[in-house]
Amino acid sequence: MHAFDYVAPQTVAEAVAVLSENGSEARMLAGGSDIIAQLKEGRRRVKVLVDVKKIPEANELSFDPEEGLTIGAGVSCCDVYENEHVASNYPALADSTELIGSIQIQGRATIGGNLCNASPAADTIPTLIVLGATAKTAGPDGEREVAVEDFCTAPGQTVMQDGEFLVSVHFPAPAANSGAYFLRFIPRNEMDIAVVNAAASVTLNAEKNAFASARIAVGAVAPVPLYLPEAGEALAGNEVSDETIEKAAEIARQSARPITDMRGTIEQRIHLAGVLTRRAVRGAVERAG
Amino acid sequence: MAGKVHVTTNVNGEETEFLCEPRDTLLDVLRDNLGLTGAKEGCGNGNCGACSVIVDGRVINSCLALGVEAEGCEITTIEGVATSAGLHPLQQKFLEHAALQCGVCTPGFIVAAKALLDREPEPDEHRIRLWLAGNLCRCTGYDKIVRAVMDTARTMKETV
Repeated sequence: MHAFDYVAPQTVAEAVAVLSENGSEARMLAGGSDIIAQLKEGRRRVKVLVDVKKIPEANELSFDPEEGLTIGAGVSCCDVYENEHVASNYPALADSTELIGSIQIQGRATIGGNLCNASPAADTIPTLIVLGATAKTAGPDGEREVAVEDFCTAPGQTVMQDGEFLVSVHFPAPAANSGAYFLRFIPRNEMDIAVVNAAASVTLNAEKNAFASARIAVGAVAPVPLYLPEAGEALAGNEVSDETIEKAAEIARQSARPITDMRGTIEQRIHLAGVLTRRAVRGAVERAG
Repeated sequence: MAGKVHVTTNVNGEETEFLCEPRDTLLDVLRDNLGLTGAKEGCGNGNCGACSVIVDGRVINSCLALGVEAEGCEITTIEGVATSAGLHPLQQKFLEHAALQCGVCTPGFIVAAKALLDREPEPDEHRIRLWLAGNLCRCTGYDKIVRAVMDTARTMKETV
């Protein structure tokens, strides 16, 4: 790796000051599983790495039945999926965090880093989108909250400006009769990057035989993880049936605009977008029941 | 910029200090500064697990951590697994099951397996295979490794 400086600020304000001073030559460090690999391979250069993990707000992992769940940008995947509130109230978050890399990666990698790395195939982002998560950032102009579906703008690019960093991700409290589910397709059993992934979150009516509302997102089929509001609208107000779910799957297929690369072809990815959407909705319905 | 940083940490139960550059990985520091060459560099990018160490109770790839991040941490490397009383049961079972061929992956496998057994004393075979998915054995001797870990769990349960 080339030489760089390292700072570990103790407060949000200190971090913003360092980031503002160094502009695009500064980069945040959370779990390091993307940034350190990128630096080693010469895919990125930095003047200073700013460690997020000494900032109290970045280590927060808290749940309140009314306020919802807050996960700081420095909290590891292991800490997320081992959390009792995540397990009972946000199992889709465990779906995502349990299959990123190996146990060694999960002990360091964070949801915040996965979001800021902005890979089209990121395994937490579709889940964050369907759970209605918002990203809280801090920068020279203060704090702001951005809906996760609006956060990524291109592969590796986000809405954050120089001097700004991700502090935490917030999830609203789960609604009654709701459930969410995430899955991905890979040709192996583990340790791979998604060919396609998908997440669904559904809220059912009191009788649990119809969709009140739904959110669906698919990954690795476009330059950024795709939120598909039309797919959710196709479910809302309709009975829980194979026919209804197939409508959402068809919208996912039509919305996908993937590329062909070493992991899959355009045709395969379009097909998978439909299959995984169907399975994600079914999994979410099961959890809502 | 990038002068050396003074880091105080705990390695295998001993207070340890070192100087390193921010760009030095934890693996670099363990091997080159502290002479702990048990952790190996295989891929250098987090795929092979040969550099596995336990930091604050979590098994991680030391090739994807910086030495400067170790400030205030508790680190266990393969050198800290055996005690003055003898080999750790995992090490004994790796020998009995001949669960190593060239041996380069072995420290990483034992450290990762120890992290599992410290946390879950009775994992089933599926759990062991999933947990060890981030440790690659280029000699492909996986079956004996998994059997050694299963036998260790059985033995440790009987001796408790």
